[in-house]
Amino acid sequence: MPDGSNLIYQYDGSFEGLLCCVFESYEKKEIPLDIIVADTPQTTLLPIRDIVTDEEKARRVLVSIPKKMGKETLDFIRRAFLTCLPYKEKEILLFLRLGYRVGNSVLNLLTNDTVHTLTKAVKYLNNESNQFRQFIRFSIFQGAMVAEIEPNNFVLPLLVEHFRNRYPEEKFLIYDKSHGMALIYQPYHAEIVAIESLELPEPDEEEYYFQDLWRLFYNTIEVEGRHNPKCRMSHMPKRYWKYMTEFAPPRRKRPGMEPKYEPNPVLLSSSPARPDTPLLPDGQG
Amino acid sequence: MDVFDKLKILTDAAKYDVACTSSGTDRKASSGGIGSAVSCGICHSFAADGRCISLLKVLMTNSCVYDCKYCVNRRSNDTPRAAFTPRELAELTINFYRRNYIEGLFLSSGVLKNPDYTCEQMIEAIRILREEYHFSGYIHAKAIPGADSALIERLGLLVDRMSVNIELPSQKSLQTLAPDKSKHSILAPMGFIQDRMQENRTDLVKYRHAPKFVPAGQSTQMIVGATPETDFQILNLAEGLYKKYRLKRVFFSAYIPVVENALLPSKESKPPLLREHRLYQADWLLRFYGFRANEILDSDHQSFNPYIDPKCNWALNHMEFFPIEVNRASYEELLRVPGIGVRSAQRIIVARRTGPLHFDGLKKLGVVLKRAQYFITCCGKIADGLKITQDVALRSLMSETALGTLRQNLPDTVPEQLSFFTNPNPTKEDLQKCLTGQI
Repeated sequence: MPDGSNLIYQYDGSFEGLLCCVFESYEKKEIPLDIIVADTPQTTLLPIRDIVTDEEKARRVLVSIPKKMGKETLDFIRRAFLTCLPYKEKEILLFLRLGYRVGNSVLNLLTNDTVHTLTKAVKYLNNESNQFRQFIRFSIFQGAMVAEIEPNNFVLPLLVEHFRNRYPEEKFLIYDKSHGMALIYQPYHAEIVAIESLELPEPDEEEYYFQDLWRLFYNTIEVEGRHNPKCRMSHMPKRYWKYMTEFAPPRRKRPGMEPKYEPNPVLLSSSPARPDTPLLPDGQG
Repeated sequence: MDVFDKLKILTDAAKYDVACTSSGTDRKASSGGIGSAVSCGICHSFAADGRCISLLKVLMTNSCVYDCKYCVNRRSNDTPRAAFTPRELAELTINFYRRNYIEGLFLSSGVLKNPDYTCEQMIEAIRILREEYHFSGYIHAKAIPGADSALIERLGLLVDRMSVNIELPSQKSLQTLAPDKSKHSILAPMGFIQDRMQENRTDLVKYRHAPKFVPAGQSTQMIVGATPETDFQILNLAEGLYKKYRLKRVFFSAYIPVVENALLPSKESKPPLLREHRLYQADWLLRFYGFRANEILDSDHQSFNPYIDPKCNWALNHMEFFPIEVNRASYEELLRVPGIGVRSAQRIIVARRTGPLHFDGLKKLGVVLKRAQYFITCCGKIADGLKITQDVALRSLMSETALGTLRQNLPDTVPEQLSFFTNPNPTKEDLQKCLTGQI
């Protein structure tokens, strides 16, 4: 196997770009030390080669993957590309080189280091996207449903199908704060676009009414004799709480509405009055 | 009384019901409608007691003509009463659903006037959801024992899952504590639903668009710890229900004293959470691991070992079965090994096709070696440097908490004196003490 190169590849950050890196690696018979996204600030003395994204090359690699390793492997690679695994590009390259060699069974090599690393990362991605299916909370602003999330992996593409099947007649927007992207759906079309920031107006009375009812339900459903905050935390890690209606301070003061245990410090500190400006891009409001 | 008051009262009255799963159906929203269901179910939140919140779990009304001694809603209890109108409930469900708070509705009810009237009210609420809102989310309804079978039939065509609570694990306990209910009145609707599901399956083969009857199956629940039945009896009952009525789930609910009554445990007693936990572990063994109830417990050992889980307990008592060779053992054999679960067993099967497995590889497959190493060999070898002595093995099979409790309860015993095969005989109090962090 070609090796020993101290070269670094630099690509444009797209999936096609990465496929071109795979092409380059085969064409030049070399394995780069690392593959990085262009314009990431970095200091290195090692030589860097710019890999230009070429549609034809990307297409050739893309077609070859299902042919040599099966459709599932392509899906697996696409998912691996969405993960937050450090050095994921290099791992994907190594994985594909292994796949071209062993063919269909590459996904079964669960004890191989590269396969194991990627499998673990994809599992984390899948788990996280499942958790967002559970814990996303929409607020309704003039008929449009809006939710904010702060995922570690880029989960938006994995949420499209689920929420489209669920709310086909609604307009909704899921804003991914950590990646600066948003999933926008209007019947019957979904797209993922880049968004700098999102500011939400004050919810109206009806929205507060249902939020308060939900908080009341949430606090009432607990069986006090079984209080077990540890168990709750393991099923619903605290990082999700920030955007969950259950843990936001109640609007109306009624008995049974205030959070019963350990109010979340994150929430209490971050609830300044939100400016009353509309916010949704292009007629979402 | 506004919706806030009603919601509070009717949630409070429903919270002791255990089942809150939304599994068993896969469905997209119908065109022009709202709502989907996924077969693995989705939990949308977790209450401070760690229980999942998947459905809006409320009662239609908490007024009840019955007087079951263990129940908060019994006729003789002095508690505020409320009732949702069908439309109120439907609107609440849809609005929670749109905001992704819930997967759907779990509707149960106290018996108002008579079982038929109660059932009609429930049907109306669910009909509004299904027909007016075109709601395709998950609905779980309680069959009201004693309601006309035509009504149960109608309800079954609207919902995903139905359940009839078996309440208490024996006819005798039922007689003492729930004098208005009988084994027959509970099992009759369960049998009816089972028969209709069976018919429906044949219908669906013949006519693809035949309306589905209770597509996600039925479940039941029983209260544990209010009456003197042993774990063995309860587990046998559960096994029987799975076989005879093809139930999807049997839920166990640790009895939480809500009332002072000479026939019940005192109000100070803590709920037997550890016992409930062990029952669920055994329940999993029945459903996914190919165990039979009489393998897990038998007439000489009627209660669970509080210190180790039922699977480890079985393994320790059947050392003649081990060690097994990971590279050759069947799936069923792998499942018997402590530290290997359903997923890691499946992964072992997949991974060993490409080459022999060694101990370091097993770790990557998710096998808990700390437990499993005493029961397996890889390519004929046992784990490097492993010394199998009784107390080391036993200690590694116990959780930290169980170990701590054991030391605390038996201060005179040093761990080295533990024996493999005799069960430490804890008192009831010990049982309750060792549950912290176990559930």
